[in-house]
Amino acid sequence: MFGKLTLDAIPYNVPIVMAAVGGIIVGGIVLFALITYFRLWGYLWTEWLTSIDHKRIGVMYILLAMVMLLRGFSDALMMRSQQALASDGGAGYLPPEHYDQVFTAHGVIMIFFMAMPFIVGLMNLVVPLQIGARDVAFPYLNNMSFWLTASGALLVNIALGVGNFARTGWLAYPPLSELHFSPDVGVDYYIWSLQIAGIGTLTAGINMIVTILKMRAPGMTMMRVPIFTWTALCTNMLIVAAFPILTATLGMLSLDRYLGMHFFTNDGGGNAMMYVNLIWAWGHPEVYILILPCFGVFSEVTATFSEKPLFGYTSMVYATICITVLSFVVWLHHFFTMGSGANVNAFFGITTMIISIPTGVKIFNWLFTMYRGRVRFEAPILWVIGFIITFTIGGMTGVLMAVPPADFVLHNSLFLIAHFHNVIIGGVVFACMAGFTYWFPKAFGFRLEPRLGKVSFWCWLVGFYMAFMPLYALGLMGMTRRLNHVDNPVWHIYLIVAMVGAFIILCGIGAQILQIAVSIYYREALRDVTGDPWNARTLEWSVASPPPFYNFAQTPVVHGLDPYWEEKQKGVDHKPLPVYRRIHMPHNTGTGFIISGFASALGFALIWHIWWLAIGAFAAVIVAAIVHSFNEHREYYVPSEQVAATEGQYFKQLASQEA
Amino acid sequence: MHIVLSEIASLHHFVLLDPKGPIGADEKSIIILATLLMLIVVIPVIVMAIVFPWRYRASNTKATYSPNWSHSGRIEAVVWLVPCVIVAGLATVTWISTHDLDPYKPIAPTVATAANGKPIEVQVVSLDWKWLFIYPSLNIATVNELAFPAGTPVHFSLTSGTVMNSFFIPQLGSQIYTMAGMQTQLSLLASEPGNYRGISANYSGGGFSDMTFQARAMTDSDYAAWVQKVRASQQTLTPAVYRNLEQPTENAPVTYYSAVGPNVFHDALNKCADGAMCTDDAMKLSMASDALGTNVGLCSVPQKKVID
Repeated sequence: MFGKLTLDAIPYNVPIVMAAVGGIIVGGIVLFALITYFRLWGYLWTEWLTSIDHKRIGVMYILLAMVMLLRGFSDALMMRSQQALASDGGAGYLPPEHYDQVFTAHGVIMIFFMAMPFIVGLMNLVVPLQIGARDVAFPYLNNMSFWLTASGALLVNIALGVGNFARTGWLAYPPLSELHFSPDVGVDYYIWSLQIAGIGTLTAGINMIVTILKMRAPGMTMMRVPIFTWTALCTNMLIVAAFPILTATLGMLSLDRYLGMHFFTNDGGGNAMMYVNLIWAWGHPEVYILILPCFGVFSEVTATFSEKPLFGYTSMVYATICITVLSFVVWLHHFFTMGSGANVNAFFGITTMIISIPTGVKIFNWLFTMYRGRVRFEAPILWVIGFIITFTIGGMTGVLMAVPPADFVLHNSLFLIAHFHNVIIGGVVFACMAGFTYWFPKAFGFRLEPRLGKVSFWCWLVGFYMAFMPLYALGLMGMTRRLNHVDNPVWHIYLIVAMVGAFIILCGIGAQILQIAVSIYYREALRDVTGDPWNARTLEWSVASPPPFYNFAQTPVVHGLDPYWEEKQKGVDHKPLPVYRRIHMPHNTGTGFIISGFASALGFALIWHIWWLAIGAFAAVIVAAIVHSFNEHREYYVPSEQVAATEGQYFKQLASQEA
Repeated sequence: MHIVLSEIASLHHFVLLDPKGPIGADEKSIIILATLLMLIVVIPVIVMAIVFPWRYRASNTKATYSPNWSHSGRIEAVVWLVPCVIVAGLATVTWISTHDLDPYKPIAPTVATAANGKPIEVQVVSLDWKWLFIYPSLNIATVNELAFPAGTPVHFSLTSGTVMNSFFIPQLGSQIYTMAGMQTQLSLLASEPGNYRGISANYSGGGFSDMTFQARAMTDSDYAAWVQKVRASQQTLTPAVYRNLEQPTENAPVTYYSAVGPNVFHDALNKCADGAMCTDDAMKLSMASDALGTNVGLCSVPQKKVID
């Protein structure tokens, strides 16, 4: 009846897991009770869960990312404390059985369910506004993409309390991930959560490409597209090109595991090297999928807070395109130690270094944007400066490891761990925080409390260096990654310092949570009445904060780069229109939510071999999609009076500000 | 726990910067050279990242403000060209060093020692979670202890009896993956006697953390004595003993085998230690049937060997 699922699947005997699960359940019940008490279910359903408004979907993506950051970061704290405790002869508190799940979950959650949703959320929130569009090209698909991502995240977290998660590392290299070596459901949780979330990411990518290519405001030629939108375009092209590789690779792994095939097994002619190549043929572009929009965020923030146009816009665009193309020809640098031969290794080493050229150009462009500017030291620009310094160091250690003979000793060491956290925290996380602070007022209509934002920045910066500089040293001492325990009194000291660093980062995260709470409390004082709290340059700031659900009462016409800045210079910004026209908008729909609910059930059924449920849930997904396709009431017109009233409200607000 | 600060920072803990063989020494110099080359551009960037925002802070009214300045052909030329030049230099270093330090490339013995200079052959099999070392010319084998004379090149042929691992003696230099059904190669040399830590540098499951071994570089006479000690062992590595070794164990003790069955490494590599058809035989058969145009189904071929 329930396939492999029995009551034994619940890890009663592991107190840490049970405490976490208990916490989640209690938290869930409290949340459920609060929503019921305040009668918010109807509001949640109509305004958020079924919303096809790109801004709300963006906010939900970011909320998901932040919750997953907490989960992934608690894994990080567990790993750092385990290694600190178990490096001086002790065994620590996490046996390999548990610890190996923790480091696998940490990687999977941070990449797929923290970084990706954060980036996709920022793109969702900002891109349509930046290009003067009313929504994305396929609003319903956008809602479904989000819920499929959330569905994947749900499965990963179910693994905490029902069964177990993979003990393979975040890329699940076979043959370790094959049935022979990982017979339990951990790898299946890994496969199906990524497959479901992967479909969501792929459809989000297609959606965003079409939006940027087809829905730009009149006059916005490709060389007038704001740089964040440019990077979003390149990233989504990478998504569409790379994610099918991941889907196919994990598909083959599941054929091995479910149908006894031999793509990557040790026997029957399987070849694990093929998996390693394929997974990195997706995995390296994935790194650039994450970092390119972050470069976009830094570009916007630097220009705005320097009160100057971005230096070398054209260079920036071409550098982005260079990186996009090159990101597909470097994957082998992840396994120089496989014995590919000197020509192959040298080729991939050199292509990797070449990527550092356009990346370096970008860094210089940000520096020269600040040069002769008027730099306002608000939290977003602090993240930029922290990023430039940190990312440059991370880039240097990365290029160092692109030299194959250097990699022969540094590969898989803590030096590598330090390197990629150096670029992912210094690059992606710092960009997420900068972008979050920068666009928060646009999304919610009030700014974040500035002082706590700075506290958070300094905690993250200091914590990062304390947590990861010791890892560089440990790598040079020959300490490899993923060790559960080791007996070395010298390493022990470094690991303790690293653990303290991780706790300082925790303070940074705490400051952020506090910042959000404090900002909500003082939202009236922090209110952004103008829609342009930072004196910024691009179109998203030309409308109210939060923007009306239709974004623009009239599609703007663009005459150059930084169109809003130009309007402000000419004094033609914020002028009421003589006539307002009715606006064509799509209806909300619950289909995306329903399909993803069934997709979660399908994933769970496949993981536990509950075949009747798998067949039923799959059929339900198909039926829900077909039923939706017969829905003829998909769009409506916002009457011109309503538009006029909404805009009138905004102009009244603006006038009261000036008075 | 009672370690003073100077001890923690002392160089000899940084084994990659304190190599004991020519491969590791070359890799150390490449790390240093590449780092220095990159610092040419990294240091100015860091300085600019601090100076520019500070100099052009909004409150500094003395600094020039050019609100529309966003392009300079000269600056752009420099920021494209300088990284290009550095990368060209690094690429040259990379091309040459990658060929010089190809793990498959044999290395020359150091002149001082090594009477005949012929490399020591060692076959390596990674198992759950231990290392098996077979010395084919001496017909001996060990678990979790590797010995060889200092100054003489050691040529390793490696495979895995289980999942992927990476064979790595940090202080001697390059690591290489061990993979089931595949054979990789590596040459290393220790220029001075000593005990070096050997590890698996690729996560391989529950017992991974203790999958370590001692790599003992010895004087020629110590090495001869060590070989005698192994030869005196009561145990021999028969196919049955190998199959027993394949079973997962953690913290496996050092074990010596005074004799080795003829095909242990071959059978481990070709996945036929359990009596199945060896991969190489299967491939030969398949190629032969292709050449003849006949359909010799692999499945119809009787098992080649009988489990002893």
